[in-house]
Amino acid sequence: MTDGDLAENRSHVFERLPATDAERTVGGRPSREAVLAWWDDRFGVPRETFAEHTFWEKGAGKLWAYAGDAPDPADLEALGMVFLRVRQEHWKPTTDAVQRFGRAATRNAIELDGAAARRFVAGEDQELPWDGDWGYLIAVHRPPGREGDRPEPLGVGLYVHGELRSQIPKGRRREIDRAER
Amino acid sequence: MVLERYEPLVEDSEAFRAACERPLPSVVRVNTIKATVERVRRALAAADTDAEAVDWNPRLFRLSTDRPGNTWPYYHGWIYGQEEVSALPALVLDPQPGERVFDPCAAPGSKTTQLAALMDDRGTLVANDNNLGRLSALRSNAERCGVTNLAVTNTDARTFSLKPFGAPKDPPGADGTGSPAGEPFDRALVDVPCSCEGTVRKNPDALEEWSLDHVRGIAGLQRGILERAIQVTREGGTVVYSTCTFAPEENEAVLDAALGATDCRVVPFETPLETRPGVTEWNGETYDEAVRHARRVYPHLNDTGGFFCAKLEVGA
Repeated sequence: MTDGDLAENRSHVFERLPATDAERTVGGRPSREAVLAWWDDRFGVPRETFAEHTFWEKGAGKLWAYAGDAPDPADLEALGMVFLRVRQEHWKPTTDAVQRFGRAATRNAIELDGAAARRFVAGEDQELPWDGDWGYLIAVHRPPGREGDRPEPLGVGLYVHGELRSQIPKGRRREIDRAER
Repeated sequence: MVLERYEPLVEDSEAFRAACERPLPSVVRVNTIKATVERVRRALAAADTDAEAVDWNPRLFRLSTDRPGNTWPYYHGWIYGQEEVSALPALVLDPQPGERVFDPCAAPGSKTTQLAALMDDRGTLVANDNNLGRLSALRSNAERCGVTNLAVTNTDARTFSLKPFGAPKDPPGADGTGSPAGEPFDRALVDVPCSCEGTVRKNPDALEEWSLDHVRGIAGLQRGILERAIQVTREGGTVVYSTCTFAPEENEAVLDAALGATDCRVVPFETPLETRPGVTEWNGETYDEAVRHARRVYPHLNDTGGFFCAKLEVGA
């Protein structure tokens, strides 16, 4: 089936993602399988991370991860968390999604030191060395007091031309107090 | 002064008045969806922020900073600024992971995110608010806390409908179990808009707009919201009613009306805070004896804001 045979996305209601591409009924809508594969391929986030969540689309290309029960379609204001932007060349996870699900990331995660982490969450772009892929990365750091732990995700950065561009939305940006070493 | 009208209700009106004039410390709640109490304790210490655990609730810390928003624990969604006493009603409701829970006046979300954490982010938490602007604050607060079991609606809570969640008996699923989405709730936290007298320590302006007409008007709204919440909660389910006002018109009188209009009863509950029972007489009115099971929290009793909390059992 080509997208031409499929229904158009209804952007005002929540509709659940099909399990696989073969079950698609709405044009341009990725399947659950494709989304799970993307998190795994891009960041090494295992599929089991989302075992308790259903995936939905509301708004063009806005995907939501939800842990509760709802009918399909659902006419609601919000359902779980916006976690991924699709229907664009490079899929982009949200800040809150990488904070919630990105601790398990094993690739395309760039670790920032204290000063770089503060600049990143203030919304600043910065030149940084990075040997891996360009594109959307998960920026992580080790918060003071937890240096021995696994790094904690800060949000999403776009790495291009030797520069990490902070994608932290305006409302989430913070000037972290410098008392913290 | 507005608060003088409550002096007949408190034993020590001098302590009551003095407490109402003291500012409140900054308190945060640990968001256990994203962090542990120990992790937050260490991160705050590393930030040179003095954090004193609140004795009655290990998930609360009193902070030495009044800007907890500019710390790593806040940025990561590990903590949420919440007045100490307002953490009480969600604990009384005691929602369990996997249940269906209703929060009809949810924004901006301190109690909603607390409910989600108590549910371990599992089950279905329906958060409603009639104000779209406040809902947007609720959504961003919930997403910062990593909450994913939240379904958000924007309606008048007095006429809240389960319809958007599907009919209770259909659609029958392929496995024959049917969708549980439209079933009544197991629990509801009815934390209604109120005259907010109890927040005077946080907002000294809270009493400026006070009028008896406003109290009477908002009491009508509160009755409508509570009665609807009781109607959409299953038989045997629990409803907690709470306000941050001392006004019996908005507290015991609302319970009294709900007892008359719906199938429910007010039940006793334990609380780690020093409290006083609900009052059965006020300004010539008398209320059902059962409203004594409700708890009043005056600011001088625990050095918190003022609060009112009642637990109801539906259809019992």
